[in-house]
Amino acid sequence: MQELSVRHLLGIKDITPQDIQLIFETADNFKDVLNRPIKKVPSLRDITIANVFFENSTRTRLSFELAEKRLSADVINFSSSSSSVKKGETLLDTVNNILAMKVDMIVMRHSSPGAPHFLSRHINANIVNAGDGTHEHPTQALLDTFSIREKYGEVAGKKVVIIGDILHSRVALSNIFALQKLGAEVMVCGPITLLPKYIKELGVKVELDVRRALEWCDVANVLRIQLERQQMKYFPSLREYTLYYGIDKKMLDSLDKEITLMHPGPINRGVELSSDAADSHHSIILNQVENGVAIRMAVLYLLASKTA
Amino acid sequence: MQKRLIVNQQLLDIMVMRLCHQLIENHGDFSDSVILGLQPRGKYVAERIQTTLATILGKQIPTGYLDTTFHRDDFRRRETPLTANATKVDFLIEGKKVILVDDVLYTGRSVRAALDAMIAYGRPANVELLVLIDRLYTRHLPIEATYVGRQVNSLQSQRVLVDWQAQQAPEDAIWLFTKTED
Repeated sequence: MQELSVRHLLGIKDITPQDIQLIFETADNFKDVLNRPIKKVPSLRDITIANVFFENSTRTRLSFELAEKRLSADVINFSSSSSSVKKGETLLDTVNNILAMKVDMIVMRHSSPGAPHFLSRHINANIVNAGDGTHEHPTQALLDTFSIREKYGEVAGKKVVIIGDILHSRVALSNIFALQKLGAEVMVCGPITLLPKYIKELGVKVELDVRRALEWCDVANVLRIQLERQQMKYFPSLREYTLYYGIDKKMLDSLDKEITLMHPGPINRGVELSSDAADSHHSIILNQVENGVAIRMAVLYLLASKTA
Repeated sequence: MQKRLIVNQQLLDIMVMRLCHQLIENHGDFSDSVILGLQPRGKYVAERIQTTLATILGKQIPTGYLDTTFHRDDFRRRETPLTANATKVDFLIEGKKVILVDDVLYTGRSVRAALDAMIAYGRPANVELLVLIDRLYTRHLPIEATYVGRQVNSLQSQRVLVDWQAQQAPEDAIWLFTKTED
C-alpha cells in the first residue's frame, strides 16, 4: 500500500508526484462516494477536525466542511473575526487551546505566508494549509490538476496558461508546482506589473499578450483580480484590465480550437471573465467545485492515516 | 514461506459449478437477485459466478463490485493504510436479494464493512454470503456464509490465497501459505 510521504499538507512544493497520484486515485473513489444515494462514509468517525480560518473564505471552507462531514469527522469551526485573536492572543496560543480540546487535525487559512509551516514545527496534529497569504493553496492546485486529468485523461504534456494576477496569487504558485510535477507545460500571462520579477526562474513561459497565450494553450486557468491584496495601483483601471486581459466567448470562439476554461473562484464577472465565457461549454468551473470536495476528502483521509 | 495447494483448477471448477447450482436452487430465475463481489479479490469470484450462471441459465445476472475500504473499522489501527479500489454498482439494490461474494471468509470484518457499504445503494430484501473458502474458528464477529466452497482449518499465522488466471496466475487454484522460521 502506498502512503503519503508527508504528515501535513503545507504546500505542493513539499509533496512528490507519487503523493499527487495517490491523492488523485483516492479522490476518484471519493468522487464515486459523492455520486451515491448516501454520500457518506464512516472513515473518520473517531477524528475531530478544526477549521481555523484567520481570513475570509466561502468556497474553500464550505468544501472542507462538507468533505469532513462526508467522512463522518467531528467538525469545529473557528473564524478570527469573532474570536480571542481580536483580544491579542497569539496564533500558537489560539491553536494550542483548540488542540487542548483533543482535536486531531487543523485546516488553516492565514494571511501570513508560512503560518502553517510555523505551526507544524510546534504541534502534533496534522495540518492542512487552506491558503497562506500569497504563498500556497495546495488543495486548490490539486483540484485544478485533478479536473484537467478528468477532462483529458492525464496532465502530462498539456499546455496550461495561468492568466491574471500572478503576483498576489497563491493559486498560481501551487498550480505551477503541481502542473510541473505532473509533466505539464506552464505559461503565465498578465500585465507586467502583476508578474513576479523572478517568475521565469520557476521554469514557466511568460506571455504578456492574452490572445497569444490562448492560442498556445490547451487549458486556461483564469485568476481573480485580488483588489483586497493590492496596496497600490498595478494597472490604470479595472476597465482597462478587462480590455487587455478579459476573456469573452467571442474571443474563445475565434480561436478555432477547443480550449478548457478554469477559474478558482469567486469570478469577477465582466472583469477577468465575461458571463458568456464563464457559462460556456469551454468552462469546467463547476466541475472544479465538485472535484474540490473529493480532493479534500482524499487529502484528509490520507493524512488521517499518518498519526504522530 | 511454504505454500500448499489445497484446491486445484479441476476441483475449483467443480466447486464453482456446485455453488452456482445451490444459488439457482434458492434464486430460481434471479429476477430479483443481484451479485456483489467484494473488492479486491471477491470481484474475480463474482465474475466467475456470473459467467457460470450465464452458461447455465442463458442470462446475465446483474453483477457489481463493492469496495469496503472507507467502511472498515481498522482505519488508523493498521501498520499501513489500505488502498481503496473502484466500486461499480450500476443498479439499485432496493428490495433486491443480494448475494455478497468473496474469496475467503476469515475474521468477518470485511463482510461487516460490506454490509455497511451496501446500504448506500438501498435496502435489500435480504443478503446472503457466498465464499470459496471458510476459514474455521477465526471469526471476530458473528458472521457466517450461506454458501461455502470449502471449509479450511487453518492457523492465525497462515494465509489462504485464491489465484485466478484473470489475474495473470498460471492457473486457477487455492493455496495455503505457512510462515517458516528462516
